[in-house]
Amino acid sequence: MITIAKKGALGPHVGQPVRRIDARKKVTGTAAYAAEHPAPDLLHGVVVNATIARGKITELDATAALAVPGVLHVFSHENRPSLPWFDKKYSDEDAPAGHPFRPLHDAEIQFDSQPIALVVASTLEAARHAAGLVRVVYEQVEHVTSIRQNLGEARPPKKWTGGRKGPPKPRGDLDRGLLDADVKVDAEYTHLPEYHNPMELFATTVIVEEDGTFSIYDKTQGPANSLTYATNVFGLSKGEARVRTPFMGGGFGSGLRPQHQLFFAMLAARELKRSVRVELRRQQMFTFGHRPSSIMNVALGATREGALTAMRFDTKMEASRFEDYVETTVNWGPVLYACENTRFSHDLVPVDVYTPLDMRAPGATSGVFAFESAMDELAHALAMDPVAFRAKNLAPRAIDEDKEFGSNAIAACYRDGAARFGWDRRSAAPRSMRDGRKLVGWGMASGIWDAQQMYASARARIGLDGRLEVASATADIGTGTYTIMTQIAADALGLSLDEVTFKLGDTDLPEAPLVGGSWTAVTVGSAVKAACDALGKKLARLAGIEDATFADGCVVSAADPTRRVSFVEALRAGGQLAAEATETAVPSPERLKYAHYVRSAVFVEVKVDEDLGTIEVARVVSAIAAGKILNPRTARSQIMGGIVWGISQALHEEALYDHRFGRVMNHSLAEYHVSVNRDVGEVDIAFVEEHDEHVNALGAKGVGEIGQVGVAAAVANAVFHATGRRVRDLPITLDKLL
Amino acid sequence: MNPFQYERASSVGDAARKLGTPGAKVIAGGTNLVDLMKERVATPSTLVDIGRLALRAIEPTADGGLRLGALATNADTAREVKDRYPLLAEAILAGASPQLRNMATNGGNLLQRTRCYYFYDVATPCNKRTPGSGCPAIGGQNRIHAILGASDACIAVHPSDMCVALAALDAVVHVEGAGGRRSLPFAELHRLPGTTPELDTNLAADDVIVAIELPPPAFTGSHYLKLRDRASYAFALVSVAAGLTLQDGKIAAGAVALGGVAHRPWRDRAAEALLAGAPATHETFARFAEAVLKDARGQGENDFKIELGKRAIVRALTVAAGGVA
Repeated sequence: MITIAKKGALGPHVGQPVRRIDARKKVTGTAAYAAEHPAPDLLHGVVVNATIARGKITELDATAALAVPGVLHVFSHENRPSLPWFDKKYSDEDAPAGHPFRPLHDAEIQFDSQPIALVVASTLEAARHAAGLVRVVYEQVEHVTSIRQNLGEARPPKKWTGGRKGPPKPRGDLDRGLLDADVKVDAEYTHLPEYHNPMELFATTVIVEEDGTFSIYDKTQGPANSLTYATNVFGLSKGEARVRTPFMGGGFGSGLRPQHQLFFAMLAARELKRSVRVELRRQQMFTFGHRPSSIMNVALGATREGALTAMRFDTKMEASRFEDYVETTVNWGPVLYACENTRFSHDLVPVDVYTPLDMRAPGATSGVFAFESAMDELAHALAMDPVAFRAKNLAPRAIDEDKEFGSNAIAACYRDGAARFGWDRRSAAPRSMRDGRKLVGWGMASGIWDAQQMYASARARIGLDGRLEVASATADIGTGTYTIMTQIAADALGLSLDEVTFKLGDTDLPEAPLVGGSWTAVTVGSAVKAACDALGKKLARLAGIEDATFADGCVVSAADPTRRVSFVEALRAGGQLAAEATETAVPSPERLKYAHYVRSAVFVEVKVDEDLGTIEVARVVSAIAAGKILNPRTARSQIMGGIVWGISQALHEEALYDHRFGRVMNHSLAEYHVSVNRDVGEVDIAFVEEHDEHVNALGAKGVGEIGQVGVAAAVANAVFHATGRRVRDLPITLDKLL
Repeated sequence: MNPFQYERASSVGDAARKLGTPGAKVIAGGTNLVDLMKERVATPSTLVDIGRLALRAIEPTADGGLRLGALATNADTAREVKDRYPLLAEAILAGASPQLRNMATNGGNLLQRTRCYYFYDVATPCNKRTPGSGCPAIGGQNRIHAILGASDACIAVHPSDMCVALAALDAVVHVEGAGGRRSLPFAELHRLPGTTPELDTNLAADDVIVAIELPPPAFTGSHYLKLRDRASYAFALVSVAAGLTLQDGKIAAGAVALGGVAHRPWRDRAAEALLAGAPATHETFARFAEAVLKDARGQGENDFKIELGKRAIVRALTVAAGGVA
């Protein structure tokens, strides 16, 4: 029996702030993104978008477009080839319940800027010019794009999909709890739609190989998801297509579902039997998935001593008319805090828009803003310190799930965060702190997000060159997956980082789930560790060492460290050119007994010019509890990005609809404002100690989303503390403080 | 983007001649025109590139002023004027980004077009883009729109920061066209929309701006205050270029121009008469601000600009008078 002697924490690479393996490629421009893969005689497709929000196309005249030199074809519903009819062919791993959008299916227009045609030409310039010449006549039908106008149609979702939790069942007696409360708040919190806007534009390059198969380079958070979609819609076998995403310039959820440029590039490549690239313009990225607008009502009650007696949270959230996109907005409060009397609802308001889509911490970003604002309002009403009020009400266990927490270091987040921020110097009364003529406000909020784990496979292989290659079909959406997996693999087999190559983003590699939900590091990481451990056993067997440890490219006996056989010698001894192991890692039964969350405490200082309404975020301190941190450098970057986005959500971001046209009007990065460097003050990030032996073999929790959760509430709470004004409608623009 | 001819002008006269072609437009830095072409908002038949003409110089004038070449970049101009005309330097540096300011020319800055959402989106009507098609900004998304001098046909605002300072500085614009050379006081360059919002300026199609002339510095203190929806890289909701000439604690003269509120940089000389001879106090500034905005009218989403404008004027004048920022 071969045993791997070294158990417990991985090291020495895991836990170190290792620089990104792919950093040089990225900064030198040699990391090729979806629109950057060359092909001989490549054609370019440009999508034409509808200019009405609802109705149908009565005429689509491409004559002028086809007359442009270089234009080969204009695809529309009128001339498209026969394609599948059934919804399930267009479905995908992240599709909500309903009927997925089928591009070019018929003349019907379901939302503004719906893609209605593709112009294909030998140059991008010709295609783009011709796209402007396609003449379309519509028959318009009245539309509604404002959820406020459509609240009469609010209803519960048909189904909770995507692993999302519906509202918890009511507990106790809410009305009684509110009645018994000495202090109450009951308020409405709102925000408009927000758009992901990853730096990389959405693009697909489909290369038709000599054997007629399709090599697809797609901007996606799930190469396998794109492959399934492409093969289903275009009737291909899996062997006829391969999807690759070696690099992705930001996802944030926008790449969880196949976007229509994949459909169009495949359509054109298949029909024209030529390689085709379709890249959407920035403006076109305001035409699909987005964070849905919501109207959130929160009522809380507490005793004079500050014990919560009642908790109610009702969300009305934007949905399309064809799919029931859901996100978890109302469930976070009862996981954070104990309360006997609760009632929750999450309803959808269908309007004439494209289906919303997961966007960084979907549901928590909105819901925790509302809930943690209400908690601040209640703390103020109670004249209690916001940190002390929260600490007093912490939930000892996951009451609605009826489970203990695998770990829960939120109290340490409050303590460490407050200490780093200097919270004890806060003067409690609003408008009581100043810096010259500016009002100073200190606010805080809790953050929370799921610590999930999915199923994934990985393959580890070592050859006679002594190098380890590990592979999994996951993607690195900019988060550091290449780097972290290399660290885990190197530690598992006692190698240096440069003796390991990690391959990803290719559907020919072992299967991995969508990259989202903050689950990739632990899901794929567990598979990588499992594959490397299995490979280690094989090498130990070949080396004839039963009590194996691994160091310096050798199998080493634990009992007698002088007994060591290099991996290459082991392979030779066994007469093998290489050894390989493929393993699938699944959540452990132990894990399932517990409830798992990442948590944070966010502290914010704002300075407000009261005359002019301008807000500066001077400082942010975020203390994060996320189990073992695999790489403090990449983890910090993730949290930093989340904080910046939280500031952006609090102060800047909103899609401005003209509801008469049903159209987003600020559809560019000039007018859809995201925070710029100057909007972001000093940022201090701390990872608190959190030991968790239940969550997974790595003891780690994902950090992709937690950084943003709670930031907007902390900013709004700081603005209240500075000014005495409570802004419940994001973003907090200067006019709201005049 | 539509196909177009590209021609390089060999002289200002040659440029003016080439601009006689219907649909011809001048291109210099291209930081605005190229965007407009990509969006099919501008569809010039011919681009006349004046980028290589010798119009880059920034040089003193005989009377102690400064002549800014039309092709000097915004970045170079800001550097050159920062000691003698700090108001202009502040305004230029409040606009765009370093990359854009390195490309953008002074002449082009004067001729940049509104950032109205509807003007930029060819799927919607716009009287400025397609005369007679209507103005959906009225009753629509008009957070960034005009509160002064607007018409039923158009409520767009001029987007420039630099122009607001030039208006306060009483700059003069030198133009050369088929009809020869002429000079316009800055206040006569830009128009109000009226019934012809398609016209931003009083220049003829074949006019080429060759220089902007600044009179000798006159302010003892000045300040450019820009209020916007983020700290950088956003157009002004309201901006104020304020210049004061103080003598013995009193205002000898004051010049104030507003940006982000009208179809052109907004100056109110009648109101400025309230400043002359008055003490440099909060009361004086507040009275002046009320006068400037007395006819202001909001469009719904931008109603806040009226109050914001008043406060911004008071703040900018307070700083110009040597008060705290």
